[in-house]
Amino acid sequence: MKTKSINQRNLPTLVTVALFLIMFGLGSVSFRGFFAVQNTLNLLIDNSYLLIIGVGMTFVIISGGIDLSVGSMLALSTMLSSSLLEKSHWSPILVIPTVLLMGIALGSFMGYLIQTFDLPPFIITLAGLYLARGLCYVISIDTIAIDNPFWQSAAHAQINIAAGSFISPSVVIAVVVIIAAIFISRSTKFGRTVYAIGGNEQSAILMGLPVGRTKVLIYAFSGFCSSLAGIVFTFYTLSGYALDGTGMELDSIATVVIGGTLLTGGVGSIIGTVFGVLVYGTIQVLIVFQGTLNSWWTRIAIGFLVFVFCVLQRLFERRKRARAKSEKLGRAEPVAAAR
Amino acid sequence: MAWWKSLTRRKIFWPLVALAILMLFNLFFTPHFFRIEIKEGHLYGNVIDILKNGAPMMLLAIGMTLVIATKGIDISVGSVVAISAGVVAMLIGGDLHGIPRHPIFASMAVAVLVCTVAGMWNGMLVSRVGMQPIIATLILFVAGRGIAMVTTNAMVVWLYTKPFALLGQGYIFGLPFSLYMVVVLLVLVALTTRRTSLGLFIEAVGINPIAAKFAGINAKNIIFWVYAFSGFCAGIAGLVVCSTVMSADGNNAGLGFELDAILAVVLGGTSLNGGKFYLLGSIVGALIIQTLTVTIYAFGVPPEISQVVKAVVVYIISLLQSRKFRSMLTGVFGRREFAT
Repeated sequence: MKTKSINQRNLPTLVTVALFLIMFGLGSVSFRGFFAVQNTLNLLIDNSYLLIIGVGMTFVIISGGIDLSVGSMLALSTMLSSSLLEKSHWSPILVIPTVLLMGIALGSFMGYLIQTFDLPPFIITLAGLYLARGLCYVISIDTIAIDNPFWQSAAHAQINIAAGSFISPSVVIAVVVIIAAIFISRSTKFGRTVYAIGGNEQSAILMGLPVGRTKVLIYAFSGFCSSLAGIVFTFYTLSGYALDGTGMELDSIATVVIGGTLLTGGVGSIIGTVFGVLVYGTIQVLIVFQGTLNSWWTRIAIGFLVFVFCVLQRLFERRKRARAKSEKLGRAEPVAAAR
Repeated sequence: MAWWKSLTRRKIFWPLVALAILMLFNLFFTPHFFRIEIKEGHLYGNVIDILKNGAPMMLLAIGMTLVIATKGIDISVGSVVAISAGVVAMLIGGDLHGIPRHPIFASMAVAVLVCTVAGMWNGMLVSRVGMQPIIATLILFVAGRGIAMVTTNAMVVWLYTKPFALLGQGYIFGLPFSLYMVVVLLVLVALTTRRTSLGLFIEAVGINPIAAKFAGINAKNIIFWVYAFSGFCAGIAGLVVCSTVMSADGNNAGLGFELDAILAVVLGGTSLNGGKFYLLGSIVGALIIQTLTVTIYAFGVPPEISQVVKAVVVYIISLLQSRKFRSMLTGVFGRREFAT
């Protein structure tokens, strides 16, 4: 009985892993040069910022909330880091903590509003989206290129792993974040409280869990992740631009949903999100390899995948509810007969 | 003081006060703000510009009001505006001599139809599949821009067909043509919601969908059509946007409109928690936003920064609508009653 329930909980993640393997397999069969170790590693290199954002978003969605500000928070941190580096000539040792603190501060501000005044997360974070985007323009309307040697070396560094294939420092950062997040979500009080809030907030409060503090922390953590992702993104583009990361909120929500996290909260995993990102990356690579399709098709494909996974989630829930109902009815039958 | 009380109790009162304060500010600080001239046979001036440029937002706000009244939200409207502009521009075609590829009316009808279908898609996801409105419309929020870009082959399409310019730039009896469109749509919607029981049904669904269902209201259908109508409004707004600049830019057409539309509705007194809605309030809300934008322009601040101001306004309004915040306020000021 127990193994069965574990299987069921892992089922959405398994579906995602299967989807990834099938898509990657199809790509390998259809296109020459698709199946290569470096190509697989490139999936991680090109999407490291999405992995980091996805981690924060997973916590938010498991708690039953949503964070629409991640894309413009990323843009704001690219702008802030590039202007601090190039215009104010700060040292990277100061720039990185400042940018991360900014992310944490904005995230906690939104979390505080959501928690203290019981406001809908999507409105507060939607306003956050515009606030951060507007602040980008306050910093500069134009692109700021980064020449800083530390940034340059971080952008060009290749860490060799086995047989001529390499990863970038960004991947290392992403992997560290992922491992930390898996630990936090499974083995800390904070992580368990996040799941409890998503399952049923009222029950979590009645159980005496620190719901208020945790909710603020969740958004602060998401803000931290998106500002860290912004720094990683500047390693990738070596510039700051106010329009960076437009539409990344859906990309990120998509990867979380594809990874099997329920939008209603309470169920989900970090590892699922990682595979969600891999699926997302594979779609992009497939469209590039296909060659004739315009890159905007990625957006449409992602929208479609989110749709499919949301429908699947609803079906799962409906089936679960129906089963729970029939079990309840089965037990209630003698009572009904007695009446 | 009875008349004062009945006046302040009206929902439209506070949005009008906000608009008046903004106007008063401009009267003192923006030179020639209220000057209206007659040029080339039509009225010309800042105030007329606000009415003209605010028209797409007013159109969107009408659709958004009904969606928010059902406790939903539609953040796809900006992208749907881009789709509408893209479709109509591709159908009319960028012929340099201004010869339309397809009849203008048919092209416009097809564009609005496509957008209504987009709205129906949202409505289906929310009412039939049972997705949260924010996620359901988020799909089109991002995919819609992709669709618009694919429609226009990722290029900016310029139009040279003169008659089409009437929609966004034309004037009738001295007033902008788009303003008449807003008035017609507003009157039609006001009549169908207030003179029939439809408005009551929509409010009932927003206040308590389960109770509404037990009262015999087909909540699912109401939610479905409300989103379809929002798509329809976005389609018309897209035509006006496209005609104003005589081009379709899938990337920038309608960018950020969703927040403005939501803001307009909320400023107008409709609560994000659903229920009672105020169409005229939303129109006033749209005018407030447009005036704010013009004011920011007049001060020489880059228009992009107005996003910060708008975000702050959203925070303030959300706080005012929060019950917890209001009870905190009443605690501070020691008043038992707080006007709602």
